[in-house]
Amino acid sequence: MLDKNRKIDLMEILNDLEHYRPRRKGWTWRKKKPGLSMFKFTYRDCSEPLSNSVPLPAAKYFDNIDPQPDCVITTEIASGRFEDDIRRMRMAAWHGADHLMVIRTLGQSHMDGLIEGTPEGVGGVPITRKQVRATRKALDLIEDEVGRPINFHSYVSGVAGPEIAVMFAEEGVNGAHQDPQYNVLYRNINMYRSFVDAAEAKRLMAGAGIFQIDGAHNANATAKEAWCVMPELLVQHAINCAFSHKVGMPKEQIGLSTVPPNSPPAPKLWYDLPYAVALRELFEGFKFRAQQNTRYMESDTEEATITHVIDTLISRLTSVDVQSTITPDEGRNVPWHYNNIRGTTTAKQTLVALDGLMDLVELKKDGPLREGVRELKERAVLFMEEMLELGGFFATVEAGFFVDSGMYPERHGDGIARQADGGVAAGTIVKRDPDYLAPVCSHFGHNSSPSGLDKPCAIIGGCTLCDPSRIQFVDELDESDNVNRRMERTLEDERNNLTKPEVEWHADGKVVLQLFFPDSEDVAREAAVETGRKLGLLDPQVIHTQILHPAEGTYVELRGLVPFFIDRSKLVIPPKKEILADELITAEVKKRGLKAVGATAGEDEHSVGMQEIMNIKHGGIEKFGFKCLYLGTSVPVDKLIDAAVETGSQVIMISLIITHNEVHLTNMKKLHNLCVERGIRDKVLLIAGGTQVTNEMAVSCGMDAGFGRGTKGTEVASFVIKRLLEKT
Amino acid sequence: MERKDDFTQRRKHLAELSDQDLKKRFWDLADKLVEPMVRLAETHTSLSIERSVLLRMGFSSLEARAVAESVQKAGLLGKGAGNVVLRFSRRSNCGIREAGTRIASGASLDKLFTEDSAGGAEHA
Repeated sequence: MLDKNRKIDLMEILNDLEHYRPRRKGWTWRKKKPGLSMFKFTYRDCSEPLSNSVPLPAAKYFDNIDPQPDCVITTEIASGRFEDDIRRMRMAAWHGADHLMVIRTLGQSHMDGLIEGTPEGVGGVPITRKQVRATRKALDLIEDEVGRPINFHSYVSGVAGPEIAVMFAEEGVNGAHQDPQYNVLYRNINMYRSFVDAAEAKRLMAGAGIFQIDGAHNANATAKEAWCVMPELLVQHAINCAFSHKVGMPKEQIGLSTVPPNSPPAPKLWYDLPYAVALRELFEGFKFRAQQNTRYMESDTEEATITHVIDTLISRLTSVDVQSTITPDEGRNVPWHYNNIRGTTTAKQTLVALDGLMDLVELKKDGPLREGVRELKERAVLFMEEMLELGGFFATVEAGFFVDSGMYPERHGDGIARQADGGVAAGTIVKRDPDYLAPVCSHFGHNSSPSGLDKPCAIIGGCTLCDPSRIQFVDELDESDNVNRRMERTLEDERNNLTKPEVEWHADGKVVLQLFFPDSEDVAREAAVETGRKLGLLDPQVIHTQILHPAEGTYVELRGLVPFFIDRSKLVIPPKKEILADELITAEVKKRGLKAVGATAGEDEHSVGMQEIMNIKHGGIEKFGFKCLYLGTSVPVDKLIDAAVETGSQVIMISLIITHNEVHLTNMKKLHNLCVERGIRDKVLLIAGGTQVTNEMAVSCGMDAGFGRGTKGTEVASFVIKRLLEKT
Repeated sequence: MERKDDFTQRRKHLAELSDQDLKKRFWDLADKLVEPMVRLAETHTSLSIERSVLLRMGFSSLEARAVAESVQKAGLLGKGAGNVVLRFSRRSNCGIREAGTRIASGASLDKLFTEDSAGGAEHA
C-alpha cells in the first residue's frame, strides 16, 4: 500500500518484474450512483466517490466533497520516460482520471515487431513489455490508494498490431486504439496488411476484454475545415465498428472516438450538436469516447480550456461513456505534469457542474437541430452508396475519397489517396493454405484446428493467454539507454536531498514566467527573452503572446531552464498552523459565547492588521460569531485590559507594528504582567500580532500566541478554539 | 475528384425514408463495405500475425522474429508458423521451445508438410 506522504518507490516497482502478473484483465467502468448524496446535494450523474483524492479548489466551502462524474475520465501521459510518467499518473488519479493513455514513441507504428527494454522515447513512450508491466504494477498500487480501478491504455496499430495485441492481452492492458483506417490514411501502411492484421488484433482484444477506441478523430485534427468531414466521420466509425463486430468484438467493447469538430469564434453548437446527436442515434449500443477539440488549439491555454468546457457540455447534452481530455498546453508542447491535472479537472468540474442537466432541459424535437441531424445521416449514407458504386473501401481510398475538405457530396479533390499495392509493408500478406494451423487461442480466420479440442491451444498444452507462466519476459537489450541508467541520476539527487522545478522529467528544470510588457508584441517578445536571460534562465523562449492592445501592451509566457538545484535540507520550513473546520469554530464560539477585544497598543497608529483579523468584511473572526470590540490605535495596555474585564472577553488581541527600541516586546510583557497583577491571566488568552512578530517571540514575552505577516482570521480563531478545547 | 455540393439532387431517393429505415440502410451499407475486408482477413496471414502466434506459444519477441523469418524463407508462412513449429517438434521428437530454437538457428524444414509422419494434428 502506498503512503500518501511518500513518493512512489520506482525501484520497488522495477524489482522482480519478471514474476509480476496483472491482477485482472479487461476494462472497468465506474460504479454509477444515481441519487448520490454528498454534503447538502443530491447528484444524478455521479459515481462512487474515491477514498483519496484532491477535490476542486472551491470544495473547502462544501465540506471538501469530491463528487466523481459517472463517466470514465481520460488523460494522456507520455513524456518519453515512463518512470516519470508513473508519478504523473498518480497525481492524475488523485484528481479523478481513471483512464491513463500512453502515446507511443515517434515512429513505433512503422517498427516491424515488438521493442523490448525501456529505451527513452520521443513525443511518447516506446511501448515494450517491461514498460507496460512496470506501469501496470504501479497502477495497481495507485488504484488501491485512490479506491477505484484504473484503466491503462495504449495503441494497437502499425505493422506489429497483432503482436502488440498479444502483449497487451498478456499484460492486462485495459484499453487500446485499434483502427486499420488510421494505419492506411495517416501512417501510410499498406491497406491489405492493415485489415488482415487488424482482424487478428481485434480478436485478441475481444478475448482479453480490452476496450477499443477507433481512430476517426484524426480526421478532425487533419482536415482543413474540421466540421466538413462530419459525414465522412460517420462512415469511418461505421467501417471500424462493422468490421470489429464481424471479427468477434462485442458492441459494448467498441468505442467511437468522437470530437466536437468546431471551435469559437464559429457558432460551435450549430455544427457540433447535430453531429453528436446523429452519432449517438446511428451508433446506439456502442460506447462513446468523447474527445476534446485539438484542431484549433494554439498556444493559448485558456482559450483551449474554454473550448474543452464547451466540448464537455456537448457530452452532457448527448451522452458520454469515456470523457477524454486534452491538456491545455498540447498546442505548444508535449503535455506537462500540471497540465494533465488541469485537463482532468476541467472535465471533472464541468461534468459535476452539469450534473443532471438532461433532467432540467431537453433537446428540441423539431427545427434546425433535427434538420441538421437528418442531413448528416443522409450525407453519410450517400457517401457509402458512392463507395460501393466505385468498388468499395480500397478503391475509394485509392481515389482519395477520405479526408477531402469538401463536405460530402461536395469534393475539393484534396483528400488523402493511398495505393492498394503501396505503402509500408506492401505485398506482405500471404494466403493461408487449406492446412493452415495456428495452435493458439484468440486467433481469427481460417484455422484447420482439429475438431474435438476444448480450445485450439490444447494441441500444445496451453498458450500464454491460458497459462501466463509460458510468457517470456525480456529485460533490457541496451546497456546505456534504459530506466536503470536514468534512475541513477534521480536516486543521486534524492540521496543529496536536491530538488528542482520540472514539467516532464525528473529535474528537467523547465519553468514558465508570466509577464506583461507595456509594449508592442515585437518589443515584448525580445524584452521577455532578455528578462529571462538577466534572471539567469537558460535557453529562454517565448511560448505564448497575447496582444492586449497593439501599442499599450502584450502578455507573454516565457519558458526557460533553471540551472541550479535547491537543497531541501537548507530550507527553513515554518511549521504548519492547524486550521479547524469553520463549522467547529462557529459551534464552539456560540457555545462559549466568545468575545474579543483588540487594539493597536502604545504610540502606534497602524490599524490595518487588526481589521484583517477581526472584521467580518476581511474574513476576520467576526464571521465565526465572535463579539469583537476594537478600541482603535495608540491604546494604552491597561485600557485594553479594562475593556476586556468590562465586556467579559475571553480573548485580548494586541497589534504591534512599531519595533523601535523593542517597544513591541515591552508592550507584550506589560500586557502579560498587568493581567497577572489583576488576577485575570488564567481567564484570558493573550494574542499578539504584527509584521515582525513571531510565535516564539510572543510566547517568550508571556503571550499565548503570536502571529506574523499574512495571518488570516481563521488561523487566530483556530488557535483560540484549540487552546480552549485543550483546557476543558 | 472535384464536385460542387449536389446534396439536394443526390438525396432525393432518401427523402421519403423514415429515420429508422435510414439507419437500417446506413448499417446495411457498412456491412456490405466491410465484407471483402473480413474475407481477406479470414484467408490471409502476415509476418506479424505469425509472430503473434509464436508469442502465444511461449516464445519471446526475439525468438518469434527469428522463427518467423526462417518459416518465411522456407516459403511456409501459408501453413502457419505455429504449425511449422508443431510439426517440427513432432518430427524431431522435441518440445515446442526446442523446436523453435532449432528452426531459428537454421534447421531444415524440407519436406515437413509432405512426410506422412508429420501429418495430422493430434492432441498434445
